[in-house]
Amino acid sequence: MPVKTFFIYLVIMAVTTYLIRMIPFTLFRRKIENRRVKAFFDYIPYSVLSAMTFPSILYSTGSMLSAAAGTVVALILSFRGRSLLLVAVGAFAGALSVELLMMFLH
Amino acid sequence: MADKARGKGFKAGLLHGLPIGMGYLSVSFSFGVLAISLGLNWWQAVLISITNLTSAGQVAGLGIMTSAGGLIEMAVSQLVINIRYSLMSISLSQKADSSMNLPSRMLLSFGITDEIFGVASGSGESFSRRYFTGLIVLPVIGWTLGTFLGAVIGSVLPQILIDSFSICIYGMFIAIVLPVCRKDRRIALVSALAISFSVLFYYVGFFDFLSGGFASVLSAVIAALIGAIFLPSSKKEADQDAG
Repeated sequence: MPVKTFFIYLVIMAVTTYLIRMIPFTLFRRKIENRRVKAFFDYIPYSVLSAMTFPSILYSTGSMLSAAAGTVVALILSFRGRSLLLVAVGAFAGALSVELLMMFLH
Repeated sequence: MADKARGKGFKAGLLHGLPIGMGYLSVSFSFGVLAISLGLNWWQAVLISITNLTSAGQVAGLGIMTSAGGLIEMAVSQLVINIRYSLMSISLSQKADSSMNLPSRMLLSFGITDEIFGVASGSGESFSRRYFTGLIVLPVIGWTLGTFLGAVIGSVLPQILIDSFSICIYGMFIAIVLPVCRKDRRIALVSALAISFSVLFYYVGFFDFLSGGFASVLSAVIAALIGAIFLPSSKKEADQDAG
């Protein structure tokens, strides 16, 4: 692909993606009063993250077993109110230990 | 009014951005590897990452670029895949406090991603310009650096490490959602509903035409709509309206 073509693609990609983020963030500054609309935007963050996490988390590592281990660690740590970083690292450690265990057992 | 985010400045944002940056390092690493395998240079991969800051959209864009797809196709695909950011932007716009003026909004909106949105939303009832600036720094660095590393040394690291690294980002999502669900039963219900739809779309063959990212957004929107219709108000909202 010629460098010039690359830059045309790049600009279209970047500008489209930027405008999608910028226009609503800049224009919708008035507080929403409608109870239902407001509730919708209260729910959206958590419903997006929930739907993005399950079931994808179970396929995020090398095997479903290690992913399940990482998921359980993350659930326990979050339930106890631990920090984002600790939960993330815990999930990683849980998954990695099972992966390593499986590697040595094979 | 108890407002956790009011005291949160640049440093708190930076700290909250750390796990996101770590997660991005691993996710963008695979983007770097992919870009090279499709024939791009390392600097092209890095440029895409630093100007787009999005996973699904970049992967789709890469495919269109390397298959010499149309320019309109490029714009439309980015619009469809990334339209969820518009919803997040509106939601975040409600939570940004008065320190977030017009130029800051125009500049910082660049950093709205799924994860940054999740953390900023979960940080309290409102957030400041400084907090949000701090929040996006490490994710942007992680995303760009990960792409660079993936493009340059992708084939050297053991696969087992890269594989396990990817779960970080999901662990972080759980850490954002679960504590809020424990406090607010309505959010717990809507989240459970979103997961049910997501699982349904994932495992039922009939829904295979929905791409992964789009299926998640659709699940989330349906769940939030049902929540908005049947569970529209709470005391917390009344407080916010008054404040």
